[in-house]
Amino acid sequence: MSIPVYEDVLVGDELPPIVKPPLSRTTLALFAGASADHNPVHIDIDAAREAGLPDVIGHGMLTMAYVAQVLTGWVSPSAIRSYSVRFVAPTRIGNALTCTGTVIAKDPSSDGTVRIALQAVDQFGDVKVRGDAEVVLARGATRTNDAEIV
Amino acid sequence: MRICSSAIRGSALMRRVSSLKTAMVHRSFIGLETPETPIEVEKGRIRQFAAAISESNPIYFDDAAARAAGHPAILAPPTFGFSLSILHPQTFDFKAMGLELARILHAEQRFNFGVPIYAGDVIRVRARITDTYEKKGGLLDFVCMTTFGRNQHDQPVFEMTGLIASRRRPQP
Repeated sequence: MSIPVYEDVLVGDELPPIVKPPLSRTTLALFAGASADHNPVHIDIDAAREAGLPDVIGHGMLTMAYVAQVLTGWVSPSAIRSYSVRFVAPTRIGNALTCTGTVIAKDPSSDGTVRIALQAVDQFGDVKVRGDAEVVLARGATRTNDAEIV
Repeated sequence: MRICSSAIRGSALMRRVSSLKTAMVHRSFIGLETPETPIEVEKGRIRQFAAAISESNPIYFDDAAARAAGHPAILAPPTFGFSLSILHPQTFDFKAMGLELARILHAEQRFNFGVPIYAGDVIRVRARITDTYEKKGGLLDFVCMTTFGRNQHDQPVFEMTGLIASRRRPQP
């Protein structure tokens, strides 16, 4: 992994997206076990129907973990200072999520902090999660033309 | 992004859950805390978690790869800390608060990160309910809580703020 340098990163830069396979019941069962979130609404269709839902829904924290991979595919996990999401809509079985991130701000007075806007959309373009993160990058100019740096 | 935007209220006093039998989430739950409890971070759980989110980075699976990347042991993916809050043996009893587990939706979640969590760490976890309120004329109950984690070196590993919403069962 090439490590991004603060001076090289521009507002508007897009991080490499993360594309996940369609959400399956197996994935939800495995995530329930691994994450210790045993809420039956994610793994038991009877419980989901009892709660007034047509089918099980994905764990919000699974989507949040997927979206975090946009960050950890770009920088070391230890470079992430904060990460927030709003769960806009529940994920459904068969949803194939594409997770994206865009640099939306740089703080020149900081130790190299950039702010990233994040989102996850399904195959229909419906937004499931919106979020943002603060990430600390290495400092050290490698760009010769400072005028390019916004 | 501001999570749970209303101000933190309430005292640190433990309140008695059993005395509350109202239909809505009672505001007196604000300030309810779980005791700080040490939770072991098992290597196998990190690997299972990383596999379940279809991670492939070997720093989550393989000690040698983690060390080669400058870590003392395999590390946990960023949002793993949320599972430690669930594994807390005295985690909040939503049912006792009048919330039905299957009708709870996760609305918002924030992490402020300290040092990473590594396999073998013992994280002391405590959580606190910082707000409760209702919306849509009482159709939705909201609970906001913050969970703190510190490792065995007394370094903060996370401060997590979560907002959950519970859909009230329609009255006949």
